[in-house]
Amino acid sequence: MAIDSEVLVVGGGLAGVTSAVAAARAGADVRLVSYKQSSLRQASGLIDVLGYVGDEVVVDPYDAIPELHEDHPYRLVGVETVRDAMALFDETVDGYHGDHTETNALLPTHGGTVKPTARYPAGAAEGVASDDRDTLLVGFERLVDFDAPLAASHVEAAGAPFSADGVTITFPGDLQADAKVTRYAKLLDQNSPVAVDGRKVDTRSALAQRVASHLDGHERVGFPAVLGDDHTDAVRATLAEELGVAVFEVPMGPPSLPGLRLEDRLFEALDRSGARYEVGNPVVDYEGEDRIERVVVERNGSRVPYSADQYVLATGGLVSKGVESDREGVREPIFDCHVPHPGDRYDWFEDGVFDDHAFARFGVDVGSDLRPRGASGSVEFENLRAAGATIGGYDFAAEKSGSGVSIATGYAAGRAATEDLT
Amino acid sequence: MSDSADTPTEESFEPTEPNTGEEFEPVQVFPDEETMDLRPGADSCTKCSTCDTNCPVAEVDDEFPGPKFQGPEQWRLKQTDDGDEFAIDDSIMDCSNCMRCDDACPSGVPLSQMHNEARGEYVDEQMSKLSTEYWRNRILANYRTSAWLASKVPRIANVAMNFGPARWVMEKTLGVTSEREFPAFATETFSEWWAAQGGAAGSRERAREARERRGEPLDADKKVAYFHGCYSEYNTPEVARALVRVYEHFGYEIVVPEQGCSGTPMFANGMLDDARRHAEVNVSSMADLVEEGYDAIASCTSCSLALRQEYPELFDIDGIEDVAENTFESIEYLRIHEDVRGALQDAEIGDELAEEFAYHAPCHARNQGLERQAVELFRDLDGVAVEDVGDSCSGISGTYGWKDEKYEKSMAIGEEMFDHMEDAESTTGMTECPTCSMQMEHGTGYDIRHPIELVAAALVE
Repeated sequence: MAIDSEVLVVGGGLAGVTSAVAAARAGADVRLVSYKQSSLRQASGLIDVLGYVGDEVVVDPYDAIPELHEDHPYRLVGVETVRDAMALFDETVDGYHGDHTETNALLPTHGGTVKPTARYPAGAAEGVASDDRDTLLVGFERLVDFDAPLAASHVEAAGAPFSADGVTITFPGDLQADAKVTRYAKLLDQNSPVAVDGRKVDTRSALAQRVASHLDGHERVGFPAVLGDDHTDAVRATLAEELGVAVFEVPMGPPSLPGLRLEDRLFEALDRSGARYEVGNPVVDYEGEDRIERVVVERNGSRVPYSADQYVLATGGLVSKGVESDREGVREPIFDCHVPHPGDRYDWFEDGVFDDHAFARFGVDVGSDLRPRGASGSVEFENLRAAGATIGGYDFAAEKSGSGVSIATGYAAGRAATEDLT
Repeated sequence: MSDSADTPTEESFEPTEPNTGEEFEPVQVFPDEETMDLRPGADSCTKCSTCDTNCPVAEVDDEFPGPKFQGPEQWRLKQTDDGDEFAIDDSIMDCSNCMRCDDACPSGVPLSQMHNEARGEYVDEQMSKLSTEYWRNRILANYRTSAWLASKVPRIANVAMNFGPARWVMEKTLGVTSEREFPAFATETFSEWWAAQGGAAGSRERAREARERRGEPLDADKKVAYFHGCYSEYNTPEVARALVRVYEHFGYEIVVPEQGCSGTPMFANGMLDDARRHAEVNVSSMADLVEEGYDAIASCTSCSLALRQEYPELFDIDGIEDVAENTFESIEYLRIHEDVRGALQDAEIGDELAEEFAYHAPCHARNQGLERQAVELFRDLDGVAVEDVGDSCSGISGTYGWKDEKYEKSMAIGEEMFDHMEDAESTTGMTECPTCSMQMEHGTGYDIRHPIELVAAALVE
């Protein structure tokens, strides 16, 4: 026996979850297996579709897709599929804004840059940079990842249509220098009493009181994205009420609560779709020739077989270890799918940090059916498709297209796998 | 550093790959160093802090520096020629050994192994053997001994252990919180019941009958060794009895070998010598059986995790790898080998178990990738519904929540779970872990059942 399903998705990031949801909604019996918590925990929680083509900021991603080279994943699946996939995201993942328009929103980041993005968490909504309300950014003394005065001056220098100021305060309760972001979130979620001048005050009120004296006519206040985990809306609402102005979160670097919350929302959507899932153990091997018969999941040393009719490979790229490299070459470790790369290792990268590196595009080579292809161009396995950053041929970091490609290819792979069920 | 520090470790460890445990061979590189060399693991840490965001203690305790510090950072800090200068930080005793950090780490850093090593060293070298804390921890960690004693006179023990004045004294002198009620001891232990059923011989007979009924070959190779753990032995033998009924129903012969405590409470209290003594007994009985073709199964997820992960990480005992590779959680094993899903789809639940359950996945089940098993399994079972009450830790972590100074913290961690349970439709809880079940009951007053009891009710009764 083996643990059995019709479609088995390997990987629990944006691409994996989207393909599992798409397949489940199309009627398949789906299981998703994921080794580790996804790299979404390190991501901003923003959903980019296409932010840049070359050096140009993209206004409407759907308009810009035809300008991309013809092997780009967006071109392989087609503009309409990208639209449908984003519609699925909007329908199944709660708490996101931006679906009222096809054009990109501009969001300030914790470094003070302004980023074009397609969807953003509700908590970031009041912070959009196209809005002209004057803005106060608040940093916490011991949360060193966000320097509010510096971020404010960067936002202004970027040409934002409002004036921005920054202030650094001490978070009430006098937390340890290395308090975890989850500690701030928990205190605000539970609104636990903290000591302020020897008195116990609710965390949210205490925080609002500290900010109030710096308000000085600003019409909205941005905090680092630590405003709760389970009850973010309530935390924001209380702060806004007590301050009498709009409140938003500025997306932060890793470890990122918006990323963590997005991961939770995705798995809730997965659960609602009826798909089964499990996290914590790696797929280490497979059995089969032209067709994958089963894969082997390693659970704390024991090898457990999982069988399915169709498989989706969504294990991520170099960062998530879905694609691996060493001095000898670059490979996809589970099915050993071909990953095109220059033979000479010195051609993998360029000298400048922001140059056009080959490694940024490493990933399996797929055709428009999303099936990985060998060096000769022939399909590697008839019942395997790839999705997300496992696919090569595009530079998501430069294009700001990571989330959109994951959603679009995940959706396409999940639907195609379901259509192919024997 | 000495010459031996140059011993290459690259062959056994690939720092760019997640360390799944298979290739990792600890080697001794520091002179006169008794503990393991965890340097390759420490080197894999990229300080991404994902472990810290998963730590339930750091979330509620401002003083706790978090798993990244307890593990790779502390390990590095104390690697000096003059090791004495850098003692283990006291805060290691605030780690509850939930082991969530292991599961979280994208780089395969063996965090809980580092914590266990550090805690063991702290207790051995820095904790006074005359202190109340040491003896309190030792008594709590050796629950099996107290439980064995209590089981001789279960009715008296049940009254005495929860007798108010006695509990007040225990709190004042030993630091065992009086907020909690001690779990009741069963009037008949699982072993007594098992012997009355005819032990292994009886099981073989019943398994054969089941195979005949199922149309399977009478000599089918279906045999398991059951690691029942202390809690099903002394407190909830109904869980163990349900397991026996389910396995025999599927045609499995069961043996119940000689066994001690899995060691989980001892690891958590830094009592590695105590843990090793029990591990030696367990590995020796299980290894012989594994060699004869038995697989080991456990109904407590902390027990199965100890055998699968902590044993091979911490001890070098003959046969330990074989036991680890062939140990499974009881329902997990059935899912791999039998069509449980199909059987449950055809079944329904009547009487008192036909209701909704608020399910909490124990951290140690999560670590084995089993956190969705119960939710998934009972989705298609008529008459019941299972609602996952979220991914927070219950907070009790075995002996942790029994300590007077940790009680408040333990309840603060559990609060999220209590809230979710109160919000759920149900008033009965479900979990695989005996101490999580204590905490669920303590925080909400719900009755708590083990999933295997539900499987038994659906398929056997």
